[in-house]
Amino acid sequence: MNALRLLAIFFRLGAMNELQYRANFWIQLVRTMMNLGFALFAVFVVYDHTDQLNGWTSWELVTLMGVWTLMGGMLGVVMQPSMEKLIEDVREGTLDFSLTKPEDAQLLVSVGQVRVWRLVDVLAGALVIVVALNNMGRETGLREVLGFGLSLSAGSVILYSFWLMLSTVAFWFVRIENILMIFHSMYDAARWPVTMYPGWMQAMLTFLVPVAFAVTVPAGALVGRLPETWLAGTAGLAVALLIVSRWFFRVGLRRYSGASA
Amino acid sequence: MNGSHGAIRGFADIYRTLFALELSGMLQYRAAVVIWLFGLVLQPVVYMVVWLTVAESKGGQVGDFDPGGIAAYFLVMMLVNHVTFTWHMFEMGWRVRSGFYNALLVQPLHPWHRDLLQNLAYKVITLVVLIPATLLLAWHFEPTLHPPLWAALVFLPALVLAFLTRFLFEWAAGLLAFWITDTSGLNNLYMAFMLTFAGRLAPLSLLPETLQTMAAWLPFQWMVAFPVELLMGRLSPDEAIHGIGMQLLWIVIGFGVMQLSWTRASKRYAAVGA
Repeated sequence: MNALRLLAIFFRLGAMNELQYRANFWIQLVRTMMNLGFALFAVFVVYDHTDQLNGWTSWELVTLMGVWTLMGGMLGVVMQPSMEKLIEDVREGTLDFSLTKPEDAQLLVSVGQVRVWRLVDVLAGALVIVVALNNMGRETGLREVLGFGLSLSAGSVILYSFWLMLSTVAFWFVRIENILMIFHSMYDAARWPVTMYPGWMQAMLTFLVPVAFAVTVPAGALVGRLPETWLAGTAGLAVALLIVSRWFFRVGLRRYSGASA
Repeated sequence: MNGSHGAIRGFADIYRTLFALELSGMLQYRAAVVIWLFGLVLQPVVYMVVWLTVAESKGGQVGDFDPGGIAAYFLVMMLVNHVTFTWHMFEMGWRVRSGFYNALLVQPLHPWHRDLLQNLAYKVITLVVLIPATLLLAWHFEPTLHPPLWAALVFLPALVLAFLTRFLFEWAAGLLAFWITDTSGLNNLYMAFMLTFAGRLAPLSLLPETLQTMAAWLPFQWMVAFPVELLMGRLSPDEAIHGIGMQLLWIVIGFGVMQLSWTRASKRYAAVGA
């Protein structure tokens, strides 16, 4: 409960901070439209030549692009900026300010930075999903929606745990911000169903950087092409990674030597 | 006579020294340099797999490309894109905002020389990783590439001209940072154009016809698609000559635009942080 209250406070703080720069809303809107526009354009070019890609019809793939945008926004609002800040704080020694507060350190570093305008991505993604589902020509049942909700939450937990572990590496190797580049490239590859890729790439996108769970799995659940065992597996992995990442963060924290060192 | 000769020698000295400087700078960030390479490799592979999957769904052929052709197109494209790509438009905004231009402007040399050498230094270092990566991917995706000898010979000059075209245009486009403080939106738009019209999303012949017509009027295809198609043996000698001509034309235009905007940009520069 306390965690939620803290999250709400940090969110309000971040929102107030960013509301000072209202022009940024328009910049974000243009950026979202451009990214989404290009993603949809790519779908259009591809489906000009075929009517299915690895079994996905065009509207199903548009749904996937919607999930990709939605998830990207969800990560971009709190998690990604907070983790970037954590890496910077470790390098600069300013993590002291979080550690001296009488709250759980992991919680504080996980909500430390908020970019409210990225909510535009969340809304745009949701809109694309709704439009695509309406055009698919078949009912989306309660089962699909529940599966989607569950796998979307599990997928974001998996990515959060992954990022936390990645950022924790900063306690040993100080300069790691370039590694984030790899994540962005991988997330870009997740714009297409991962089952399309050859085996070694699928393994990379599933286990090395688990973006498959964040996009393909929820989208698959929504359009009804996900076996139930996958859903259970994703939820199980989310719980396991959450525990492992918490443990790893605490191990890393012990190595932190502070600003004056 | 003696004076101009000395000037040329002096210039060569400056180039050699600056290149060594940039090279040692890059070697300081070996790990970062290799990590940057990751995206440059992954993106073409993603689109290659997309088009291979499309071909598969249609019984092996899409347009006039078979799987071996698709693999060859995107692998050659990956190399050409790597050789020609620049990052200066992304850096320009930072330079203006942070006042880093102060240091460059006091040097008695147009700043684009420095960027050119930095670019070359990066390419020299990364090719050491990129070539084995390409061979590994070639082993996996089995491309078919049989260029006629003349095309393989013309490929190298076409590649150099492609690099110059792209470098000049992107450097000139980067100068917009002197007028607009946040250029990230414009850079995004440029990237979308680049992906579409340079043949990086798909070979140009697979694009809808309106877009192919647009591509003919834009400089992008001469920066990437043209050398790729040349090495694939998809062009006739006439088309190759036409392509080289277009590259030269766009280089002249690009150089003109760059010089013109540089004179105006440097006059506007307010030296933040001074």
